Amino acid sequence: MSSDIWALYALMLKSRLFEEAVAKLWHDGLISGEMHLGTGEEAIIAGVVSHLRDGDAMALDHRGTAPLLMRGVDPAAILQELLGRPDGLGRGMGGHMHLFAPDHLAASSGIVGATGPAAAGFGLAAERLRPGSIAVAFFGEGAMNQGMMMEALNLAAVWRLPVLFVCKDDGWSITTRSDRMTGGRLAERSRGLGVPVIEADGLDPCAVFEAAAAAVRRARSGGGPTLLHGRCVHLEGHFLGDQLLRIVRRPLREIPGIVPPMAKAFLKARGAPFGERLKGLHAVASAVVAALRDPRRDPGYDPVARTRKALGSDPARLKALEDGIAADVDATIAAVLGKAEP
Amino acid sequence: MTTMSLTQAADDALAQAMAEDPRVVVFGEDVPLLRRDLLVRFGSRRVFGAPISESAFLGAGVAAAMAGLRPVVELYMVDFIGVAADALLNHAAKVATFSGGSWQAPLVVRAPCGGWYGDGGQHGQSLWGWLAHIPGLTVIVPSTPADAGGLFLAALKHDGPAIFLESKLLSESWLEFLGSGGRTTVRYDIPEAGARGPVPARWEPLPLGRAELRRRGRDVTIVSVGVGVHRALEAAAVLERDGISAGVLDLRTVAPLDRAGLLEAAAATGRVLAVDEDYEAFGLTGEIAAVLAEEGLAVRYGRVAVRSTIPYARRLEDEALPNVGRICAGARALLP
Repeated sequence: MSSDIWALYALMLKSRLFEEAVAKLWHDGLISGEMHLGTGEEAIIAGVVSHLRDGDAMALDHRGTAPLLMRGVDPAAILQELLGRPDGLGRGMGGHMHLFAPDHLAASSGIVGATGPAAAGFGLAAERLRPGSIAVAFFGEGAMNQGMMMEALNLAAVWRLPVLFVCKDDGWSITTRSDRMTGGRLAERSRGLGVPVIEADGLDPCAVFEAAAAAVRRARSGGGPTLLHGRCVHLEGHFLGDQLLRIVRRPLREIPGIVPPMAKAFLKARGAPFGERLKGLHAVASAVVAALRDPRRDPGYDPVARTRKALGSDPARLKALEDGIAADVDATIAAVLGKAEP
Repeated sequence: MTTMSLTQAADDALAQAMAEDPRVVVFGEDVPLLRRDLLVRFGSRRVFGAPISESAFLGAGVAAAMAGLRPVVELYMVDFIGVAADALLNHAAKVATFSGGSWQAPLVVRAPCGGWYGDGGQHGQSLWGWLAHIPGLTVIVPSTPADAGGLFLAALKHDGPAIFLESKLLSESWLEFLGSGGRTTVRYDIPEAGARGPVPARWEPLPLGRAELRRRGRDVTIVSVGVGVHRALEAAAVLERDGISAGVLDLRTVAPLDRAGLLEAAAATGRVLAVDEDYEAFGLTGEIAAVLAEEGLAVRYGRVAVRSTIPYARRLEDEALPNVGRICAGARALLP
């Protein structure tokens, strides 16, 4: 099965436009709590989800909106859930970290690493009840340090479960650089647990699609689990309002609240020797500098923009496609917002 | 007098302890950013980050405490303790008993808790009843900055494992980090006296297991911890307008539970309303009733707590949590 870049782009754009609208609603205060978007990981999601069919299951992390949209779950029901309305996907009880779509066997969790065991269980049920069906786990590289994720990889290997583990590697564990917190290499870790690894360019939906094809085929035919690893960037950081990104984006607003207490603490009597304190200061500053240099700030790492560029040879078709998707998303948002809360 | 926010006060008491005791170390996810003021004063050998591996670093905290350190282990939220429950349930809580009292695990687990900001049922739980159920664990839930500092210091001086729970609604920094994310478009019902208040120039440890009567009353005694104390005080002011005199007892620690303080406050009115932001069944409110029954105190008793998974939608969340309306109704139901 070869990839259809137009279809993949359509999925990615739909998700992007929808989540951009969600971001606005969050900033406007209509969505409460945290908000973790999938903006930046659309190529990985689209490349994987395009392989799924009825009977397949998805274990979703705290960024569940994009996979559900791409899988065909009603966008209005998702939006209503994010707004906390009774006609939402979970009647306003779950929110964006707890999106559940039983018809699509898709369940979300806000606990890092929880998608590993969940996909193993979905895979077990698939193998017993729906042979040929598979389960997918979406998670970040930070979750690879969670015990239950490593246990789930081993479990899937020894039970030969039809699972595709999808590691969306953006390099950040919330506000900490993942390489500072990860011993060894993730691919070697997975292989060491008996789960083969496919690396794919996480910014290229066709590359992800083709890499996933082999793993999905293997899983459907009883060959066991695979881990698909792709790098991506989260354009909005860990979540909307990410503190490091805020410091970098609006230093004049953020720094006055941060620097004076830090300077005071730095100069306070009784503490570490001066050299140790300097190292501490350096650690804080380097996190900010890492955020400054972060690819999140470079639109060249935006998978939607990159994929769009590849479609530039047929501008008429591209325009028609984009206009259609934008109109659909706008209509959904308008319909939901225009409807009075029941 | 200096005033501080609740988290500032806890950090300040922690800094005082760190300056005096080189065994105190602080670690957890994103700690270098979250505790940056401590990092630049005490250096990265005492303030450092951990991978997203709660079961490993909390378990390590238990053994590090056994071997001489005084670790403060930070979790992003008390909800995530589920991932690492074994370290507390089967290890930290049992070291002293298994060793016949000859070995202790003096660690402090620090975690934000609670809801009121619409973050869903996996990020807004309280869980102190669940933790206090396990013999051997001290569970602290401060309701004011002064208590936060004094009880944090007490936790650090305590010889066994203590869990220090910081209500996010009362913590300016946590509410900003997890709730508003820098937005000015969201509003929260924050009890002022809990979020910011006077603190001493120098911290002294407060006794663990000593309740504080926040308001005297003649007709009914409302018993709670954390945000619940402030909701109870607000309810007491409402009830007063209707001629009902309600007292408010702040337990301050769930374990140990101040039985004597509870009995005294209950006996003063003969009516007890237990208010809890944690789950209702098999928890703090039931424990309060059990203590009263065991002591043979003939009081009228009622409770207002959380009966379901906490809903995401703000309006539904407010209804599920012990809000002022529910507390007033609960108190009125106890009166003739």
